[in-house]
Amino acid sequence: MSQSSEDNLAAAAANRPAASGAPFLRVRELRVHFPTDDGVVKSVDNLSFSVDRGKTLGIVGESGSGKSVTSLSIMGLHKRGTAKITGEILLDGQDLVDLPPDQVRQLRGKRMAMIFQDPLSAMHPFYTVGNQIVEAYRVHNKVTKAVARKHAIDLLDRVGIPNPKSRVDDYPHQFSGGMRQRAMIAMALSCDPELLIADEPTTALDVTVQAQILDLIRDLQAEFNSAVIIITHDLGVVAELADDIMVMYAGRAVEYSTAADIFNSPQHPYTWGLLGSMPRLDRERTERLQPIKGTPPSLINVPEGCPFNPRCSYAGTNGDLSFTVRPEFRDIGGGHHIACHLPAEERQRIWDTEIRPKL
Amino acid sequence: MPATVITYIIRRLFAAVVLLFVVSAVTFAIFFLMPKLVGATPETLATRYVGRAATADTVRETAQRLGFYDPIYQQYWEWVKGIFAGADYSYGSGVEHCPAPCLGYSFRNHQPVWPDLLDRLPVTLSLAIGAAILWLLGGVAVGTISALRKGTIFDRAAMGVSLAGVSLPIFFTGLLSLSIFSYNLGWTAVGGSYTPFLDNPGEWAYDLLLPWITLALLFSAQYARLTRAGMLETMNEDFIRTARAKGLRERTVVVRHGLRGALTPILTIFGLDVGLLLGGAILTESAFSLQGLGKYAIDGITNYDLPKVMGVTILAAFFVVIANLVVDLLYAVVDPRVRAK
Amino acid sequence: MNSKRFITAVAAGAAVVMGLSACGGGSSSNGGGSGGSGGTNTPAFNAALNSVFNPSDKKGGTIRVANAGTWDSLDPGETYYGYSWNFIRLYTRSLVMFKPAAGNGSSELVPDLAESLGQPSDGGKTWTYKLRKGIKFEDGSAVTSKDVKYAVLRSTDKVTFPNGPAYFEGYLNLPAGYKGPFKTPDINTDSAIQTPDDQTIVFHLKQAFGGFDYFAQMPQTAPVPQAKDTGAKYKEHVVATGPYKFAKNEIDKGFTLVRNDQWDQSTDPNRKALPDEYDVSMNVNADDIDNRVINGDLDIDVTGTGVQPASLSRVLGDPALKANADNPSAARTWYTSINPTVPPLDNKACREAVEYATDRTAYQTAYGGAFSGGDIGTTLLPPQIPGATNFNLYPAGPDNKGDVDKAKQKLQECGQPNGFETNISYRAERPKEKAAAEALQQALQRAGIKLTLKAFPQGDYFSQFAGNPPYVKANKLGLVLNGWQADWPDGFGFLSQIVDSRVIRETGGSSNTSVRIPEVDKMLDDAIGETDKAKREADWGAIDKRVMEEAVVLPGVHAKALLVRPKKLTNVFVSQAFGQYDYLSLGVA
Ligand SMILES: Nc1ncnc2c1ncn2[C@@H]1O[C@H](COP(=O)(O)OP(=O)(O)O)[C@@H](O)[C@H]1O
Ligand code: SF4
Ligand SMILES: [Mg+2]
Repeated sequence: MSQSSEDNLAAAAANRPAASGAPFLRVRELRVHFPTDDGVVKSVDNLSFSVDRGKTLGIVGESGSGKSVTSLSIMGLHKRGTAKITGEILLDGQDLVDLPPDQVRQLRGKRMAMIFQDPLSAMHPFYTVGNQIVEAYRVHNKVTKAVARKHAIDLLDRVGIPNPKSRVDDYPHQFSGGMRQRAMIAMALSCDPELLIADEPTTALDVTVQAQILDLIRDLQAEFNSAVIIITHDLGVVAELADDIMVMYAGRAVEYSTAADIFNSPQHPYTWGLLGSMPRLDRERTERLQPIKGTPPSLINVPEGCPFNPRCSYAGTNGDLSFTVRPEFRDIGGGHHIACHLPAEERQRIWDTEIRPKL
Repeated sequence: MPATVITYIIRRLFAAVVLLFVVSAVTFAIFFLMPKLVGATPETLATRYVGRAATADTVRETAQRLGFYDPIYQQYWEWVKGIFAGADYSYGSGVEHCPAPCLGYSFRNHQPVWPDLLDRLPVTLSLAIGAAILWLLGGVAVGTISALRKGTIFDRAAMGVSLAGVSLPIFFTGLLSLSIFSYNLGWTAVGGSYTPFLDNPGEWAYDLLLPWITLALLFSAQYARLTRAGMLETMNEDFIRTARAKGLRERTVVVRHGLRGALTPILTIFGLDVGLLLGGAILTESAFSLQGLGKYAIDGITNYDLPKVMGVTILAAFFVVIANLVVDLLYAVVDPRVRAK
Repeated sequence: MNSKRFITAVAAGAAVVMGLSACGGGSSSNGGGSGGSGGTNTPAFNAALNSVFNPSDKKGGTIRVANAGTWDSLDPGETYYGYSWNFIRLYTRSLVMFKPAAGNGSSELVPDLAESLGQPSDGGKTWTYKLRKGIKFEDGSAVTSKDVKYAVLRSTDKVTFPNGPAYFEGYLNLPAGYKGPFKTPDINTDSAIQTPDDQTIVFHLKQAFGGFDYFAQMPQTAPVPQAKDTGAKYKEHVVATGPYKFAKNEIDKGFTLVRNDQWDQSTDPNRKALPDEYDVSMNVNADDIDNRVINGDLDIDVTGTGVQPASLSRVLGDPALKANADNPSAARTWYTSINPTVPPLDNKACREAVEYATDRTAYQTAYGGAFSGGDIGTTLLPPQIPGATNFNLYPAGPDNKGDVDKAKQKLQECGQPNGFETNISYRAERPKEKAAAEALQQALQRAGIKLTLKAFPQGDYFSQFAGNPPYVKANKLGLVLNGWQADWPDGFGFLSQIVDSRVIRETGGSSNTSVRIPEVDKMLDDAIGETDKAKREADWGAIDKRVMEEAVVLPGVHAKALLVRPKKLTNVFVSQAFGQYDYLSLGVA
């Protein structure tokens, strides 16, 4: 990937209408590599993106594409020594990559917070929900337990837990899945973080509960005006939530634009596949575009050329290119970035004739 | 305490009583039935208690005195009756009443068993509790550090030493440590020293220091390994990641979130270990010549002194049962998920 | 301690045989000559064997004593361990006692409560003792002959006092149906013991017994005040007559002896009573006892049976430690019974083949070698028993490893030229007996005799297995690992239980299963009644020889023990009567 593409991306981010001044979070050329006995796992390889306050970025990709590794890098939660992290993670202009671990710790929970996929395993089974929120609050705020407890009750109330005064003393296992995730959100929001990362926040939940949680996140974001990153493998989750969407494959971004662009004129064959995987209630499965065949590549031996080529239906239409040359991640206009060798007209034709009708 | 917990405890205690009867009946049966299999008669059993110069008459009278001519179930019943109603015992020159709970009299030295047990219990209690505290603290500390520094020299050394610790026989380590620390260096008390806690707590601790350490070494090795394995597992749990994400200090994460999770299964084993030890730390008591329940049991076994053996068996089983109950209740305190059930 | 349980048998005619046992005293130094008096302060191996080590008359101090097990009983009426008889002289006094002196003098009897040794009359059927004047119990009341009589009578109640020796009920002319003062308080016992006045006691026997003074030295003659007798509980509160009394007594744990102010030195020519106190703990780890004695943190390992294997090589290997050790012998023989009831061992030549084929060195090694095992024995009687002679009917070749040619010749003679098969039994709990059985297995193999090892629990060894004649016969226990120690160094004590065919009981329980020689039974009866000491002692030697001629006993070793001399004590010497240090004369340096 050339230097110019990076500049393009940076410029694109800066130029987006929503942007006002420097973005709150700016990630540049992030690489997270895990040296293992079998070889180096390049979980994140040259990733750049940014999120503003009040905005939501959706990061979408199949399992194993490096989404969680990316978010954990931002939070500084990789075990020291196991991950080799290079690049820049600028939080409000401060580079977290080089910051001493204890300073990153002091930012965690306070300026940036995270909620996780499985709220049951993510909460300590032996402490009450209130206790765990109180702990999160008091680590960054010098207040009495009583004050912190009141704060916890307020938060639980805010995230929509009925009877928060009594539920605050319940244990996680006494909550339903959706309530647990609400409690997790309350915990994450306890210190008014400016950046909230939600890693698959609804994956472990019932379909009906999913929507409520997403609504909650949206409402809270409006209220707190924080920058939000929602990570998901399901485009549908971010459809109504995200301002921008970044599609990841094999540790890299393959398409990055506004949510409207991604849904209305997606340009990358992988994104098409993801769209095809979105559940829709109004159509029969058989007439629809088939989800992407095969499995993501090993991040130790990423295929030459385009990493997506073993699974791409159009890999052969560009001569050798898809198999030999890594497609540049480039702006195709209006800040819409993709990494694909398909010529623009061809992409448009395929989208119009083959993909869109089947969605 | 909610009523359900109380009924639960009562139910468990009732089951415990039944278990104690089963255990005592089995001990009784083994004692009488095993010799019977190889052809023992009441007289041959009685020859064990008559001394070297007994006549056939003496043997018969002794068998009579010890009740060996009665059917086993009746002998057992007499024993059980003593627990609830007490028993009378002839000393030759007179009769003494042994008040309930009467666990019988030694076949060999005519001493009532129950006061002997009470006399020896504090020794075993002191030994077990002191050692348990040491090994729990030591084992958990070493195990935790090992887990956090997995693969380092500390970890490998600690795990190597603990493997050796588990396999070293205590009568060897006990005598060796006595030789070194008591007889050569003069730092610790000589074998057989024991001062009751209430007489002088300082002396009590000084006298028991070496037995504690020796016994604790044996156990702490096992606890270090358990803690290490538990910590390695727990520190990979999602809730640890959450704790870190809150911005908690690493120490808080390890102690409050990691150890708390890792220690719960150890609690079960700890409870049972302490329960078992309360029935007598046989090898440690022998090595350090401590007159505890374990030594008493060994005396009973080597001398075919059934009432002694029965006494310790009952007491030991009682402790194990109680330890089990306490562990289960504690588990409910520690792990709220258990409480629900 | 070694335990031999048996049941006394009533012999034809008058004789009652009584139990003797392994745990009594009896021992000797290896030297002849009368006991060295004098003393020495120079540490050397066996320095306390025949002379007094560190002689001193200094009073005061505490002697620290430990026991790896427990006393059988502290009650003089029912204790039967040799070390206990040695030790009990500190708090009780019996009519007669072994002289507390170094060397051979220690197996002599001297009067204690009595003014002189017993006066026999009626051809040895009546024995009279006169008590010294001025002897008191610890409470200040005077000791009378009635207290002695009562003590002896109560000791015959074996249901209340099971552990004690049974010589008195065997020999005294007690009325029929007498069961001791508790159960039969109203029976008049003057036919057995008379007390014409407070200082005189007269014993009447059913049968002449020349060695009655040996009975009189037993703790059972130590006076017991009837008013204070609590039967089986008396051992908790023994009323002292010796220079020490109990200050504290926790059964099976330990006790403390302090000075008895009612003991009067002028009534007692035998005791020095040097230390102020004895502190005794029981159930102490045996290895720990060794370490502490070696280190000087403990004075006396009271059982006196020698150091544990772990300490043995340490003491022998370190010249400084060895110079502080003594190696006395106990009047004990480890042997193997050859059962003539198990064919082809019913043939004498076959038994002789076993004798010849035995590797005596290997037998000795099995028991621990020369220092802790003992000397190779070729006779049943240990050498320190008066009357024992040294002979060897079955020479085992120049290197003592057995004469295989001679054994084969004997096999030829008994019609088993290719050897035969039989079993050898040992006590499962005793590794030394197992080793000896294996040594015999290997040695006899050379002559074609195949042995199969059979282990039995020691608690029931004699009652159900190796001492049970029908079992022996049915299960072909041709050879039986065995051992014997006398209650005191005397041929009667040593031989009567193991060579008298009349103690063999078909229901089991006797140590003797192999010696069934009517002629020997008669020789025993004659010797027992003999009041002439010299003649009597010669008889014992003759019996030993007669038994060996029949080849029904295969002697192994005459036992010895390695003792560590107490570092901080004075007047240390081995008593031959007990085969261990004399506990009566010790003082604290
Ligand atoms: N600590 C680690 N060591 C080695 N490989 C890792 C580590 N953490 C994640 N990976 C690998 O990085 C890749 C990306 O993982 P992840 O970010 O969890 O994917 P997802 O997009 O599903 O969240 C996966 O192949 C995973 O196996
Ligand atoms: S570059 Fe080739 S293989 Fe990659 S997405 Fe485009 S068409 Fe498919
Ligand atoms: Mg993930």
